[in-house]
Amino acid sequence: MMSSIAQNGLMADPVRNNCADSAPVLVFHDVCHRFYGPPVLVDINFSLNPCETKIVLGPAGVGKSVLLKLANGLIIPRRGYVELFGENLSRMREEDRYPLRKRTGMVFQEGALFDSLSIRDNVAYQLRVDGRPEEEIEARVRDALRFVELEHTIDLFPGSLSGGMRRRVAIARAIINQPELLLYDSPTGGLDPITSTNIISLIVKQRDVYHTPSLLVTHRLQDALALVTHHYDANADGMVALPKGEIDPNTGFLILNEGKVIFNGGFEHLLACRDPFVRDFIA
Amino acid sequence: MPFSEIEKSTKNILLTIQDYSIYIWNTFRTLFSPPIYWNDIYLQADIIGVGSATIVILVGFFTGGVLAIQSSATLSAFGASAITGRFVSLSMIRELGPVLAGVMVSGRNASSMASELGSMVVTEQIDAMRALGVDPLRKLVLPRILASVVMLFFLTIVADSFGTLGGAGVTIFMNHQNSTQYFSQAYEFLVFSDILQGLVKPLFFGFIIASIGCFYGLRTTGGTQGVGRSTIQAVVSSAVLIIVADFLISQVMVALFIK
Repeated sequence: MMSSIAQNGLMADPVRNNCADSAPVLVFHDVCHRFYGPPVLVDINFSLNPCETKIVLGPAGVGKSVLLKLANGLIIPRRGYVELFGENLSRMREEDRYPLRKRTGMVFQEGALFDSLSIRDNVAYQLRVDGRPEEEIEARVRDALRFVELEHTIDLFPGSLSGGMRRRVAIARAIINQPELLLYDSPTGGLDPITSTNIISLIVKQRDVYHTPSLLVTHRLQDALALVTHHYDANADGMVALPKGEIDPNTGFLILNEGKVIFNGGFEHLLACRDPFVRDFIA
Repeated sequence: MPFSEIEKSTKNILLTIQDYSIYIWNTFRTLFSPPIYWNDIYLQADIIGVGSATIVILVGFFTGGVLAIQSSATLSAFGASAITGRFVSLSMIRELGPVLAGVMVSGRNASSMASELGSMVVTEQIDAMRALGVDPLRKLVLPRILASVVMLFFLTIVADSFGTLGGAGVTIFMNHQNSTQYFSQAYEFLVFSDILQGLVKPLFFGFIIASIGCFYGLRTTGGTQGVGRSTIQAVVSSAVLIIVADFLISQVMVALFIK
């Protein structure tokens, strides 16, 4: 399937990200944020490198989704700043942030599909706004939907899809413009195990085929482990486990607790971490 | 009421005014840079203008009829029932046409804008739009404001016309007066300032309806209950502001044209 996508060269002759680039795609510098109460995030510092996937773990309500919205400037931090593609989001006007956001893709917790638009129009939204030709839009929408195995839903409306299907359409919408950064907000939250595995399989496929750097928020440890211990196999056209003892080298972890980063590193370091909260969390 | 409550309410009002001013300024700026979403403007013009036409026609027609019934009863006491046409057309064109069309469109469209945008906020569709690189002020708010301003202008003309016709129906068929007399009275005593006054008002009312509807929609918090709250706030605020704006514009117009 992937080869057919690559052959037509529309969606996926992918802008395969250059993993040798040394400049980070996303950097958080001493970011603090609060709404109308106690601080949600305190002194957050981390960076995301090209081709890297960072899994943001933490208990519910710890500020994971806020962190994701800070990453593409949907929220501007009260203190500190976020650098996206080398640009300081805090110093930009809102209208100047839109071109940067177009270079990112975001999958929201509940999909956030436009419920008055068909699946075709949802996935095509960004291309249509950019004024691309209709033939190109149609081909790319079909490619993106084929990627998430939902081409047959193209004429339906979001209301007639299940929760898992809506998330997959949201992934198609997020990847259609070949983003340089992907942000996933609890893409498997509230879904049954089989659907969750399908979603994780798509994320692994996106990671291993396009090497798009991504920040993935979840509170499900099993999803995080699946991402680290599996890879996409083009021959099997699916996610398969890595040989025993091997892990994906580009997938790391960021664990939040009480608004602070308490762990930032790879899987091996995570297993060796002595922090009591981390130990409890991964136990 | 304790002082702290008064302080809190005052701050809330001032903050709302501040937010509204910033929101209007940011929306206004989108008018002068591409892209302008013309298709959305046409779509909204259809929803607001064509969609509201029936209700405006009905309200205008029957209000004109009621004006004729009430005024002819009073005017005949002075032997002046012949000027019913003048009374109806002046009342409709200067005052009732714009205000009735404004209040009707406000009830129908400010509520729908607030609830539509409010639902989009609580389901993160507005955030999704921003994440896709599309400015909601440019894509959702500006088309609604432009469409509302333009279409309310024409709806007011429709309300004025059907109001005058409603008055004519009562005067001719129920009060058995002469139709030529009614229409000549309705037409001949109209002057430029009456028309101007009647057609300036809907421009302001249209702006109030769409800007307030979208403003409260975009400020929605608190899930579906919040959507209901925003809808109520939008309808109440736009209706009150229409009446207040009508008072102010009338004052200015009278000062300018009626010496």
